[in-house]
Amino acid sequence: MKDSVNHNSPFIPIESLLEPPRKRVTDLQELREKLASGNGPQFWRTLEEAAESEELHEYIEQEFPGLSGQIPQGVDRRSLLKVMGASLALAGAAACTKQPKELIVPYVRQPENIIPGMPLFYATAMPLHGYARGLLVESHLNRPTKVEGNPDHPASLGSTGIFEQGSILNLYDPDRSQTVLREGRISTYSEFTGLFSTAAQGITERKGEGLAILTGVTTSPTLISQMQALSTSNPAVKWYVHEPSVNPAMASAARKIAGKNAFVSYDLSKADVIVSLDADFLTNGPASVVYSKQFSARRAVEGGNKRNRYYAIECTQTVGGSIADHRFPVKSSQIAVVAYQLAKALGVNAPDAPGAAAPSWLNAVVQDLQGAKGRSVVIPGEFQPESVHLAAHAINAALGNIGQTVILYEGVEPEGTHSTEELVSDLNNGHVETLIILGPNPVYSAASTLNFKDAIRKARLVVRLGQMFDETSLFSHWHIPEAHYLETWSDSRAFDGTITIQQPLIEPLYGGKSAHEILSILIGKPDQTSHDAVKSYWQTQYKAADFQTFWQRSLHDGWVNVPKSGILNPSGSIALPVLPAADANAVEIVFRPDPTIGDGTWSNNGWLQELPKPQTKMTWDNVVLVSPKDAQAQHIAGADLVEVTVDGRTIKGPAWIAPGLPEGSFTITFGYGRSGSGRVGNEIGYNAYSIQNAAMPYVTTGTAKGTGVHYRIANTQETQTMAGRAPVRAADIAEFSEHPNFPTNEEEFKPLTQEENEYKPWPYTGYKWGMTIDLNVCTGCSACIIACQSENNIAVVGKDQVARGRHMHWIRVDRYYHGNLDNPEVYNQPIPCMHCEQAPCEVVCPVAATVHSNEGINEMVYNRCVGTRYCSNNCPYKVRRFNFYLFSDWNTQSLYGMRNPDVTVRSRGVMEKCSYCIQRIQENKIKTEKEGRTIRDGEVLTACQQVCPTNAITFGNLNDKKSKVAQLQALQRNYNLLDDLNTRPRTTYLGYVRNPNEALKG
Amino acid sequence: MAALLLIASTFSVAYIIDRGPWITSVRVAPEQPIEFSHKHHVKDDGIDCRYCHTSVETSGYAGIPPTETCMTCHSQIWSNATVTAPIRESWASGKSIEWTRVHDLPDFVYFNHSIHINKGIGCSTCHGQVNEMSLTYKVNTLNMNWCLNCHREPERFIRPKSEVFNIDYQYPPDQMELGKKLVAEYHVHSLTDCVTCHR
Repeated sequence: MKDSVNHNSPFIPIESLLEPPRKRVTDLQELREKLASGNGPQFWRTLEEAAESEELHEYIEQEFPGLSGQIPQGVDRRSLLKVMGASLALAGAAACTKQPKELIVPYVRQPENIIPGMPLFYATAMPLHGYARGLLVESHLNRPTKVEGNPDHPASLGSTGIFEQGSILNLYDPDRSQTVLREGRISTYSEFTGLFSTAAQGITERKGEGLAILTGVTTSPTLISQMQALSTSNPAVKWYVHEPSVNPAMASAARKIAGKNAFVSYDLSKADVIVSLDADFLTNGPASVVYSKQFSARRAVEGGNKRNRYYAIECTQTVGGSIADHRFPVKSSQIAVVAYQLAKALGVNAPDAPGAAAPSWLNAVVQDLQGAKGRSVVIPGEFQPESVHLAAHAINAALGNIGQTVILYEGVEPEGTHSTEELVSDLNNGHVETLIILGPNPVYSAASTLNFKDAIRKARLVVRLGQMFDETSLFSHWHIPEAHYLETWSDSRAFDGTITIQQPLIEPLYGGKSAHEILSILIGKPDQTSHDAVKSYWQTQYKAADFQTFWQRSLHDGWVNVPKSGILNPSGSIALPVLPAADANAVEIVFRPDPTIGDGTWSNNGWLQELPKPQTKMTWDNVVLVSPKDAQAQHIAGADLVEVTVDGRTIKGPAWIAPGLPEGSFTITFGYGRSGSGRVGNEIGYNAYSIQNAAMPYVTTGTAKGTGVHYRIANTQETQTMAGRAPVRAADIAEFSEHPNFPTNEEEFKPLTQEENEYKPWPYTGYKWGMTIDLNVCTGCSACIIACQSENNIAVVGKDQVARGRHMHWIRVDRYYHGNLDNPEVYNQPIPCMHCEQAPCEVVCPVAATVHSNEGINEMVYNRCVGTRYCSNNCPYKVRRFNFYLFSDWNTQSLYGMRNPDVTVRSRGVMEKCSYCIQRIQENKIKTEKEGRTIRDGEVLTACQQVCPTNAITFGNLNDKKSKVAQLQALQRNYNLLDDLNTRPRTTYLGYVRNPNEALKG
Repeated sequence: MAALLLIASTFSVAYIIDRGPWITSVRVAPEQPIEFSHKHHVKDDGIDCRYCHTSVETSGYAGIPPTETCMTCHSQIWSNATVTAPIRESWASGKSIEWTRVHDLPDFVYFNHSIHINKGIGCSTCHGQVNEMSLTYKVNTLNMNWCLNCHREPERFIRPKSEVFNIDYQYPPDQMELGKKLVAEYHVHSLTDCVTCHR
């Protein structure tokens, strides 16, 4: 699979041997002093850039590093021209291509509503860690091609995160398991149901003794009711849940707070002051998209909004933490201490926290919170222990935030489930005879201290339902291919209890089955399909005569019109537990799900592997995050292998020096080091589970030391630089109110005046397309990159090519650091094509393959491009991408169905770049022309704009003065990138405005 | 001199081949699973284009009829004929009839039928007198320069919307005058931006 990377392609040689290892910054003290003295660059993306090393300069001078070494030596200009002459003579004959014979295969009976060429959108939901993300999925002739958020769904509001976008590639992954396997031999589902039904009868006769069901977190009402039916006939059955990237402390703390199953959610639209205690609330959890929307709306600095203020008290830099107004690095294990100190200062009855005195900044945060009673919120970290969650709740209660900014919903997860640890002990004690695993992959992702591999052998029968034949399938007697969520009927609930009936968009490609079907066998209905299971459940829930109308309505809307979860209002105060004494100076190892691969579920997804991880911008590897101080003390250079040891177990991974990480803390991520993932995800990175301790799963003590061995990494922030030149412009809110035009008030940023300009302005009489990106709200979550990849058929190139700066993403998100090496300010800047009115790329193309349209779009014509790459060389923004090899996979059949039929699949040797989603513009132009009107504002959404959870991207017609984009471009905060080059970009930026606390200045 | 002649003749031959039917397939009727005659169906029977090409007004694709459409008549008439046997086979087996594409554009060209139909470009302008074709062939090269003839000067080829499906439509002597009027009336733009067709 090469949307995904074909390592064996004859077109992609392994060139890594040709390249000497990169030299990295080693003297961090010198760099720290340089930055402190103000002599360094104002904004920098890598340490090498900050150090302004000569070597880096040479490296970035070459647009595509490592290329010059490949040009064969010994060919002089004269002989080259001779050869070229012959090619030119033949060039005229290139048009003599006879179209190959092509078939038209019409339907025998055309289904109603299906019109070839007109996509349909279906509402469904993707369960992510059990919770529904409402979606609208685009379908071309019954092939799902693109996932969008469902604007009517409370957990989506029209946007999605990266995983929803990437999920479409998982559907078409050619590595998916395709057959039923019985002890490794190909079998059939009917053989399985035959034998398994008999086994199920035996189990039921024993009242379910020895029957264990293992699932991930689920909220599916149908599944829960099936499990209830199962435990009625088999009272001894036990239900276990394995979800490595969900911290069980969240649910247990919520249960303590509310006295019952509950979900703690936040209303950030009412929050003036936000304090996070190691929380990554903008990308993690069932409501992250909603929080992003609410949070970003309150960051507006125009229109009379009171801009919120966000304090991030955190260890590993999170997506949200990158745009905090104040970020305080605190070791993960010390977050609880800070939480208790904060609680005490706010009058909460908390036990004394062990260890250090309160940090100097705490008082300012406390005062800010006290000034915003009922309008503030403290958010505990997803991976922090119960004590932090309870402390945060106590603080919120003391501030009167409960019911205002904190909303407790009745929980939607089932009661009475057991943990992976309990499963292992039950297996080891011989209590489990039959183990049914519906989804999770515990052999890979259970903590190493549990020895799951040994435990699973103790079961007499293991049945595994899984999308991949993975590590756990190897240890199972039966492996049943699992249907993708777009292939099967199910239902799931959002954080607030909203229910979505998930409808499939396609028949299972490989005969996959769902958990509902396996459970149906156990409850004596072996022939029940998922559809029947879901529908019959809903018939018991909605008994009115108009059930069919209710059913159709629910499927159409993407949510069921029944009451949401009730809101709980607990009044009793909770006693905070005494914190265990811990050495604040001990080296800690922090375990986190990988930002793009998660717990490993997504490891065979080429899009997500190649998606630069927010903050580090690493691709194709997991790294060990090392703080600058530790790196300095231990002489660890970037990309050196580091040995991380916990309780005598060791992994080795490349170091990534992470500005902003507190000293003594090393972060490692899950999801890599797999053997059962598939051709894309196998044998890359280290396996963090192999040193994980089940008792302290997310932070523990350990050691980390450099080995001095260089490792080749693929990081996207090392190429495509704009070489300083003030790409990011930021101001404090006070400065902004004094100079609302701060991004453009300096002379050097001014473009030429019309008199100085040699070009005559072009009268754009029809549409005039433009885009504005608000840096003030961009969190760098990178959903835009992957949405663009899905919409525009962008190829995956593989680690080797990424390391050479040849990744193909049409939009990149640059991450700039500013200031102090140990806790810098962070700025995220998405860079698509600027569609310059005076585009430097256009004038250098010898074959007019990139030209300007009447609507101001910088067009890229693939069929004209001959691949000189002059355009890319001349682009100051470095947004053009070249197909050095046949990067698009033209051979793997299963991927054909995934491609957007409205966009050309590019071949080798052509340039490509952001088109402002021209296919969407054209589609809407044709639609509106037929209706005899013009396109309304907001009718054309680019893929990046549509997916953006913070509404940072606005696109539209600049000639329509009422359009949102025209109004934003009229703001004083609006600026052009590299304006002094006189390129007159159509994509503009809105300057970043910080809202710092005056008491913390200086 | 001889060398120049050789070069000139090589280019001329190349040009003739390039623009000739061997490359462009103009007036070449490919073999089809059924000897389907547009002449019979359109001219003799008077069936409208849209009876079969149902989505031509709404979608980019005109639409090739499902077997079901053929069976609306051929379950009743010619229901035992050899020539219609593949229709019955398809209907019975549920397997599609596989037609060979006559008008085949390269994959990097995005043509949309509906907008042309809605802006007064008639079927016969591009497809010719289909009602005279016993076997279907194309009458135009569909080369880009051919497309641009109209995209640059739509007034030369536009006709009243009421005449779009009139396969026998003849351009009036005052076409340029009428064309200009219709171009204004239908808000036809001369779209020659690359992205109009290439994405």
